[in-house]
Amino acid sequence: MTKFTRRALVQGGTAMGAAGALTGPALLDWAKAWAQAAPWKPEKGAKLSMLRWKYFVQAEDDAFVKLCEAFTKATGVKVDISRESYEDVQPKASVAANTGTGPDLFWGLYSLPHLFPQKCMDVTDVADYLGKKYGGWVPSAVQYGKSGNKWICIPICYSGNMLNYRIDASNKAGFSKFPDKSDAFLEYAKAMKAQNTPGGFALGHASGDGNGWVYWCLWSQGGNAVDKSDKVIINSPETAKALEYAKQLYGAMIPGVASWNDASNNKAFLGGEINWTDNGISIYVAAQKDPTKKQIADDMNHSFWPVGPVGHPTELHLMYPVLAMTYTKYPQACKALMAFMLEADNFNPWIESAQGYLTHCLNAYDANPVWTADPKRAPFREAAKRSLTAGGLGSVGEKAATAIADFVVLDMFANYCLGREDVKGSIAIAERQLKRIYR
Amino acid sequence: MRCDPRPRFLLAENNRGPASAVHRFALHRVRDTESGMTDLALDSIKPAPRAATAWDRLKTNRNWLGAWFMLPAAAFLILFLAYPLGLGVWLSFTDARLGRGGEFVGFENYEYLWDDSTFWLSVFNTLLYTGVASTIKFAVGLYLALLLNERLPFKAIIRAVVLIPFIVPTVLSAIAFWWLFDPQFSIISWSLKKMHLITTNIDFLGEVWNARWSVIFANVWRGVPFVAITLLAGLQTVSPSLYEAATIDGATSWQRFRYITYPLLTPIIAVVMTFSVLFTFTDFQLIWVMTRGGPVNATHLMATFSYQRAIMSGYLGEGAAISTAMIPFLLFAILVSWFGLQRRKWQQGESND
Repeated sequence: MTKFTRRALVQGGTAMGAAGALTGPALLDWAKAWAQAAPWKPEKGAKLSMLRWKYFVQAEDDAFVKLCEAFTKATGVKVDISRESYEDVQPKASVAANTGTGPDLFWGLYSLPHLFPQKCMDVTDVADYLGKKYGGWVPSAVQYGKSGNKWICIPICYSGNMLNYRIDASNKAGFSKFPDKSDAFLEYAKAMKAQNTPGGFALGHASGDGNGWVYWCLWSQGGNAVDKSDKVIINSPETAKALEYAKQLYGAMIPGVASWNDASNNKAFLGGEINWTDNGISIYVAAQKDPTKKQIADDMNHSFWPVGPVGHPTELHLMYPVLAMTYTKYPQACKALMAFMLEADNFNPWIESAQGYLTHCLNAYDANPVWTADPKRAPFREAAKRSLTAGGLGSVGEKAATAIADFVVLDMFANYCLGREDVKGSIAIAERQLKRIYR
Repeated sequence: MRCDPRPRFLLAENNRGPASAVHRFALHRVRDTESGMTDLALDSIKPAPRAATAWDRLKTNRNWLGAWFMLPAAAFLILFLAYPLGLGVWLSFTDARLGRGGEFVGFENYEYLWDDSTFWLSVFNTLLYTGVASTIKFAVGLYLALLLNERLPFKAIIRAVVLIPFIVPTVLSAIAFWWLFDPQFSIISWSLKKMHLITTNIDFLGEVWNARWSVIFANVWRGVPFVAITLLAGLQTVSPSLYEAATIDGATSWQRFRYITYPLLTPIIAVVMTFSVLFTFTDFQLIWVMTRGGPVNATHLMATFSYQRAIMSGYLGEGAAISTAMIPFLLFAILVSWFGLQRRKWQQGESND
């Protein structure tokens, strides 16, 4: 089926544009030695299939295919990779978990393993092995990875969402340093608008950029959708404060953000229409690649999200965990591959090939040259460390994922910013929806 | 009922030779359809045939055969239309989530939706969208049809050009409109600014009412050719002699339209508008590409809202309830035009088919 053609295509592509560091017999030798020493011995005749999210960066996928090929050569275990857009991995994995057939491994979005924790293989030994070897896991990765006392997945990487801004315009507005507090950020936004170089956050149904900023805003002011026991606590003075803050910020944005989707701010930033927004590193990478946009690439930088009154970072970045299904016939092979992916000799070139789109969640990889080669990438290095989980204070799982997918918080903010509802009304609508999701 | 004379002829032949398959078939048919008289005649010709069993009768029954011919089509409809529809209705009574079955919860989904302001907003949007867009499409379509029915230079080319919006895949035209209505890069805003008519960009899709009118405009642009071309086909069936007679009687052009064109066109108008309303009511692609139901659900139609809840959020049961809630509206639209058609038949005195 398509799997073969896709795979053939990818292989063809890799052969032509091989990523330097990965090639050569050195990798193979290392892989063989690794296979000898690794605590997981794949079953005889084992074959694995994996469904992963579709790449943003071709080079990343190429590097991943290389990595799997090395694994095959070292262990004799074939790895079949198929790809789906990241939003579609979840339904497929759910069906596979229900029916007990399908790919052995799934590599999807943050809460995926928590939709069916009892169907995920216990990979505590792999997580412990990697954690010990590579400086420990970042806190949010532990939250995403564990269900009870067991690790049910291996967090592979994050995809960071940071503030993007134009340097010149910010300097002119009197901010030679990007504001690191939310109040200062509001002043910054107002000053930028006043000198006719506004920016904006998506307030339309934008899964990544829209949710990214509204959760930051809610959390930074001390608001929360649910508490530790998943009780809905959205109806609070802090939420009201967050709404007021957002409305002021919205007033300082460029008109039209209510219709923005995930792509809108990219094109507006690259078109020189906006001067600050929230995004992954894609705007910067696109600007670097396009010679006509060179002055934008030179004149832009990234920053962490400003810290609000709560006094600690309240950022939300996407996490990509890989899980193995309990129905797999080759559990040892699955574990071996998971560990293999995150070993330094594989992971370093792989994360480097992603050019900053992806951030590691094992502390030792802070030293990867991808973060130092270009200082403008540096904020993305911290994405995993600064990220909270999709559930906020509450559990990571289906409910949190549903609340995000249904844009409950985003619509609450949009309702108030656009003047469709007052503070009470916007919160009441969100509260009602959340109560249904968290019942 | 009269009988086809051919079998009798065949019967006579049958007397002299061995009965071929065709003959036998014909013979059975006669037996089947005719009264005892034929049977008598048969008996006298063919020596002692065995008594016709129920199976014999069934084998040669035309209705039975017809049922078999109908079966593939029926199976197709049941499998791909009736079953999914039934399943959808069933799902709306369960708490099914995407990727896993649910349990029967009665009217729980409907009760939740009843108090859900977003649901009612989507109903309002759908009715507004359907009502306004269909009316404009009808008015503009009829006007275009009348225009194209006149003697025009390059008539064929103009008619072909009118069809273009209908030919372009909806998603492509939606993307084109999405760019036209972009808050930053809209060519409309740009042109108006260059003409010094406005100073800031128009926020087409970011303001509630702007967004509604924008998607309605896109829908009208897309739907007009269908109405116009179909009505044009209807116009061309109107006999010119009626117009000649009316002209001789001194009718004004408005009278000609009112008393000739309009009555003769009504059956087609009813059909076209039924389709137009159904298509508009269930529209999905335009909205999904242009606004995803935003800003703040102000352009969510029932179809897009159902998709949002069922597929994006995974609440399959609730999504099914939303789409099931569309059925009464659609049935109403169909019934209106159906009874309308009936009445017109009666009006025009066409009692025989």
